[in-house]
Amino acid sequence: MNLPKVNAVVIGAGAGGGVVAKELAEAGLTVALLERGGWVGFEKHDDDEFKNQQLNVLEEYGFGPDRRSPRVVEVSPGQWHTVYPGEVSGWVYGNNAACVGSGTVVYGAMGWRFMEQDFRMRSLYGALEGSTLDDWPIGYAELEPFYEKAEYEIGVSGDMSGNPFSPPRARPYPMPAFAYNTEGRLLAAAAKSLGWHPFPIPMLRNSVPYRNGNACIGRRNCVGHACPINAKNGTQNTVIPTALATGNCDLRTNCIAAEIVVDDHGRATGLRYFDGDDREQFQPADVVVVSGGALETARLLLNSKSKLFPKGAGNRHDVVGRNVQNHAYTSTWGLFENEVYDDVGSGATVAVSDFNHGQPGLRGGGVIANEFIRLPYEFAGVRPPGSPGWGRAHKDFQRHYFKRSIVLKSCVQEMPVWEHRIQVDPVVKDHWGIPVVRLGQGQRHPHTIELAQGATVRAEQWLRAAGATQVWSQAIGTRSGAGVHQAGTCRMGDDPRTSVTNKHGQVHEIDNLFIADGSLHVTNGGFNPALTIMALGYWVGGHIKRNWQAGGFR
Amino acid sequence: MKQSDQPSSHSPVLSRRALLKIAALGVAGAALGGGTASLVTRLGRSTPRPYRFLTADEAALLIDICEQLIPRDDTPGATDAGVIRYIDRQLAGKLARHQMPYRRGLASFHRACVAEFGAPFSQLTAEKKVAALRAIETGRSAKEHWDDPRPQAFFKLVLAHTMQGFYGPARHGGNRDHVSYQMLRLDYPQVIGQNRYQKGGP
Repeated sequence: MNLPKVNAVVIGAGAGGGVVAKELAEAGLTVALLERGGWVGFEKHDDDEFKNQQLNVLEEYGFGPDRRSPRVVEVSPGQWHTVYPGEVSGWVYGNNAACVGSGTVVYGAMGWRFMEQDFRMRSLYGALEGSTLDDWPIGYAELEPFYEKAEYEIGVSGDMSGNPFSPPRARPYPMPAFAYNTEGRLLAAAAKSLGWHPFPIPMLRNSVPYRNGNACIGRRNCVGHACPINAKNGTQNTVIPTALATGNCDLRTNCIAAEIVVDDHGRATGLRYFDGDDREQFQPADVVVVSGGALETARLLLNSKSKLFPKGAGNRHDVVGRNVQNHAYTSTWGLFENEVYDDVGSGATVAVSDFNHGQPGLRGGGVIANEFIRLPYEFAGVRPPGSPGWGRAHKDFQRHYFKRSIVLKSCVQEMPVWEHRIQVDPVVKDHWGIPVVRLGQGQRHPHTIELAQGATVRAEQWLRAAGATQVWSQAIGTRSGAGVHQAGTCRMGDDPRTSVTNKHGQVHEIDNLFIADGSLHVTNGGFNPALTIMALGYWVGGHIKRNWQAGGFR
Repeated sequence: MKQSDQPSSHSPVLSRRALLKIAALGVAGAALGGGTASLVTRLGRSTPRPYRFLTADEAALLIDICEQLIPRDDTPGATDAGVIRYIDRQLAGKLARHQMPYRRGLASFHRACVAEFGAPFSQLTAEKKVAALRAIETGRSAKEHWDDPRPQAFFKLVLAHTMQGFYGPARHGGNRDHVSYQMLRLDYPQVIGQNRYQKGGP
């Protein structure tokens, strides 16, 4: 059935789509904002560690997606399995929340800007054999005002005065930084003793009451869960309510996008989707914006075949779905003589950015920070190599070290690889009959492993300087995959043979089709990417708005 | 076999069928976590089905295994925390796809124990119990006793579920009285929910 036409249909109410919907609704466009999940209401946020977006012990996720959305994943070399959310780890499935706000409901809410160098890695480091490492078509300076807008409209607490590697900024953060917790104080002093530059992690959380939101009460376990008092900022409690308040935005939950319909003139005419009652609908629109996250966005484009684009919308040159990146996360543990753990949130409080760029022989790197959450169940799996995992020794370790240990993580960037890709599966379909994501997991680029090894060396050095009596690092994963910071599948660029969109997120050859999410990232930075996705939402939304106001797209 | 070998704060109530089976075999109920006398008393009342998926024999063996994984010392162990209740409830619910691995795995475990250590698990000394579990953890148990799951896989499954039952939220059946949190000197719960979306939303 054809619905009344809207000016813009935005697919996905997460970090990117929520921002675009608000930008367009405020500019006077009528917007249909479609979300595959629901509003996660009061009754679904209960005191349950296992109803979590990070853990899957009960083989489901607290915030979706559910078993109606399988994927086909190469779980080990050459072994392709149909996997369901929760049945395998989120790293294998390529987990992302499915709800209004999506990942921004459950994230730890680090609010990083990428560095200037992150936008021009090819120019900086030259070509890399076996990698599609490239420059972004935009520079940091172009995105800077949009980072600022995201920081002010969504809300970030921070202070970069201690970080000389921070990119330039026009205005300070809207809220003061969070104080260090016990770990943070210890680690900051240790980093300084090494001549490094520790600083408080910028957070999309309120250190003070901000824009009608509460101030954080310092719970430590809100990553994977929603904030119990609404002090963590996502799109669901900032820009989406603003969009709805304009009266121009119609938010439709539990809607599954099936196909962007592209006519014989190369124009997107609207979206075919299934509503919450599984009824097929067609939503005509002047502009179509895809913000489904790097996996689902690529899947939707690949499933949108037309006369001009028989391999999928924007896929004339077989680029859609390629260059999948996440982060090569490292974990390094240290054991201490004295108690160093406290229950003070956000847990992750201190970082160093000394090893992100400018290291001899290394292309990029990653921020190193302490970690948010420490669930007792998860800690049961944390042991130095060779230590018993059960029995009396298990209890002794658990009792003695739960509060005498620190874990550092580094969010190391992956070198993009052309062959790392998602496709749509030729056989397996989801509950709605739509071909699902088919995700290969090849070998990581050797340089990615080198970067991660470099980060673990630094993390071990840091923990020893802080007084750790024993230090060990988890083995670095050698296989690529979707992970949790999916990016790169529809990269932006100037050349249609190697990119999917131009620098405005506009799909090459389909002028009224846009992408606004992590798919656009040419490289994924050495940071959690949420704020960059939000900034891109403002960047893409702003471009659509200006063109609309000049009479475009109609 | 003394009753004190088995921490018995969590005595499963047995079904009539199980009790008849035990009586027919002439085996005392002690190993199953409760004295025969108390079982008879309980059966006199109308009793709910004690386990949702596990049989009484399976549960007794599993309780014994879990207690070795997280033994009681000066703080409570797996039995005290009701780990068996967590596992049984999940096997009848969200983790139902692990039902057969448990059923077959426990049977294999029993066979391997008798063949390799000379007695059912419940009758081994504490040292031998640990040795038996190590053999199974590392796959040193003879292959002919195991089909699917293999010993290492079975051990891994039980270990993960034991940790979940001991350290996880009490609402799923384990961590009775938040004993693990008390052991770690943590407030319970760590996670508090209930985001009311004060800025917007329906």
